[in-house]
Amino acid sequence: MRFDLPDAPPRAAELRRELRAFLARAGRDWTPETRARSWMGFDRDFSRAVGARGWIGMMWPATYGGHEKSGLERIIVLEEMLAEGAPVGAHWIGDRQSGPLILRLGTEEQRRRILPGIARGELAFCIGLSEPEAGSDLANLRTRCERVPNGWKLNGRKIWTTFAHKSDYMIALVRTSPAPEGGSRHAGLSQFLVDLRLSGISIRPIRDLAGEDSFNEVTFDDVLLREDDLLGEEGAGWAQATSELAFERSGPDRYLSSYPALAAGIDALAATPTPGAEVTIGRMVARLNALRGMSLSVGGMLERGEAPAVEAALVKDAGNVFEQALPEQVRNLLDPADSPEGLRRMLAGLAQLAPTFSLRGGTREILRGIIARDMGLR
Amino acid sequence: MSELRSILVEQVDRLVADGGGVALLRRVEAGEWPAALWAGLEEQGLNLALVREDAGGVGLSWGDAAALWQVLGRHGAPAPIAETMLAAALLSAAGIEVPEGPLGIGLEGVPFGRHAARLVVLKGGSVALHAPGRCTPAENLGREPRDAMAAGERIARGELPNALGPRAALLGMALIRAALIAGALERILDLAVDWANTRKQFDRAIGKFQAVQQQLAAMAGEVAAVSVAVSQAARAVDACGLAAAGFEIGCAKVVAGEAATMGAATVHQIFAAIGITEDHELHHFTRRLWAWREEGGTERFWAAEIGRAALARGGANLWPDITARDADRAR
Repeated sequence: MRFDLPDAPPRAAELRRELRAFLARAGRDWTPETRARSWMGFDRDFSRAVGARGWIGMMWPATYGGHEKSGLERIIVLEEMLAEGAPVGAHWIGDRQSGPLILRLGTEEQRRRILPGIARGELAFCIGLSEPEAGSDLANLRTRCERVPNGWKLNGRKIWTTFAHKSDYMIALVRTSPAPEGGSRHAGLSQFLVDLRLSGISIRPIRDLAGEDSFNEVTFDDVLLREDDLLGEEGAGWAQATSELAFERSGPDRYLSSYPALAAGIDALAATPTPGAEVTIGRMVARLNALRGMSLSVGGMLERGEAPAVEAALVKDAGNVFEQALPEQVRNLLDPADSPEGLRRMLAGLAQLAPTFSLRGGTREILRGIIARDMGLR
Repeated sequence: MSELRSILVEQVDRLVADGGGVALLRRVEAGEWPAALWAGLEEQGLNLALVREDAGGVGLSWGDAAALWQVLGRHGAPAPIAETMLAAALLSAAGIEVPEGPLGIGLEGVPFGRHAARLVVLKGGSVALHAPGRCTPAENLGREPRDAMAAGERIARGELPNALGPRAALLGMALIRAALIAGALERILDLAVDWANTRKQFDRAIGKFQAVQQQLAAMAGEVAAVSVAVSQAARAVDACGLAAAGFEIGCAKVVAGEAATMGAATVHQIFAAIGITEDHELHHFTRRLWAWREEGGTERFWAAEIGRAALARGGANLWPDITARDADRAR
């Protein structure tokens, strides 16, 4: 495992100033609950405004609506959005993983059809991985796609699909041929670009414990897909789906999900001094700074074309521990009676959301298994 | 890592490993001065590593130095070369010629003070070079010499430039201890992984058990965090000087101290009873980790400083302040 800190990109300070001015205006009316939901907040108007500023698809070629910026500049945008708890959910998945996947593996037609819409903040994506019988054991998935004249027929069920009910497309990992007897279950899987308006698709929101409709059960009943809805290569779905994990797991969304509560907690403590609070706050800030260094290091390695899969798993695991503990630490510094209403509402929102931090994008147990294997255990 | 840095790290790694390994740590803990190792380190010019080339030194960056300290920590730091590098840098910056031999910094809890050729004493922004006076021996939890020294005859005196500032000794020691902790943690993590792959219970290597894997993976995260925090701190010193790198150094010492606690607890859990024995090598590293947490400012000390500043600046400034440090580094 290796972490090398990159240098800040040129014009970083200027870009941050632009972002802060934009967010100060856009975020005037965000509630504490919105800020607590952070990248689980879905706001198409906001995403369109972000797209109009050129802050989605930043690294993609201009031909596809991108802005040809560096990965480190993109990270600056992500950091500033998350530090404000901006509701970036409508473009987050498209910008972070679906878009890059289409750019790398899609046909020219797919790129031209899809990418500009993501970059404008108009097309929202969801991730079709988990199924009733395939959670951490993803290769056990049962949804299948079979060849029919001029295309494919999709049948099966995805579950826990975040924002499926609000999204335009799903990239689904499905079985296109049986796993070879005694061979790897990773064989015979393929990825498809599924337009969620197609007939035969039913999407049932599943209310979460916070009372929100954030995830869904998506059923495919003889859904007819076109030949060119296949994404990448038939049978290479497993490798394709896991190839973006270093991007998905190392970003600032893996340690900043609860950051707004730290800033709000600091302000509350300034109004109501608590003996010893400075030590707890200092420990959190020190951790935050180190995690940021780890995340940026992986960002720098990705920028150089390296494949830091294990480092990324490590950032996610350590980051999740931090972002999960943060609201509890703030809570322990202030009695509810001494907390301003905004902070109380933010902490209430985070208490209900925080359990997902170490579930989404690979559970803590799976990540630690990946790390352990790299260390020579197992 | 630059090529120069990897070559240096490899050299020091070999030098200290060949110098005696754990057997040397045992002898040092019993009171022996590692004379041969020290001679080798001085022969390589490492005592002058942080002294500028135009002042007769090697002119390494703090980033290079921190990498060397980290590898020194992997071997339990059997000689006070890191402290001597820092002392020499301070002397040289104040225009004082660096003498040969191990150098002690300050008068309380001086690492290997009883063996110091000279003492470097800071007061405000001024530096004085003294002959060692009376020594009252003491040791830390790592059984490393940490002696109370009286200052003998003053040999030279000078002023530190502003970039080093009046807290140069504290900041430098904190960075050294954080880097040593990073290295020692890497070492005990390696030892624990080897053990987990070797030791069998229930007919399996214990490393096959998920409970064991999960603990070691979590520890790997802590070890990586310390290493990154130390790199951040050393880069900040290179970019803006010791005096202005208090934030990053403090962060590194906080993270290092917390990781030392967690890492030592984890490896002892993995090694179980054998790891508690005098005969086993583990305690030479874990006792040092516990001791190094206390030196150069504890987690509590640095966290309080960082936290007070954050509270004084207010929540809205925290993120801008943290990210503005990037620009400082690029300057």
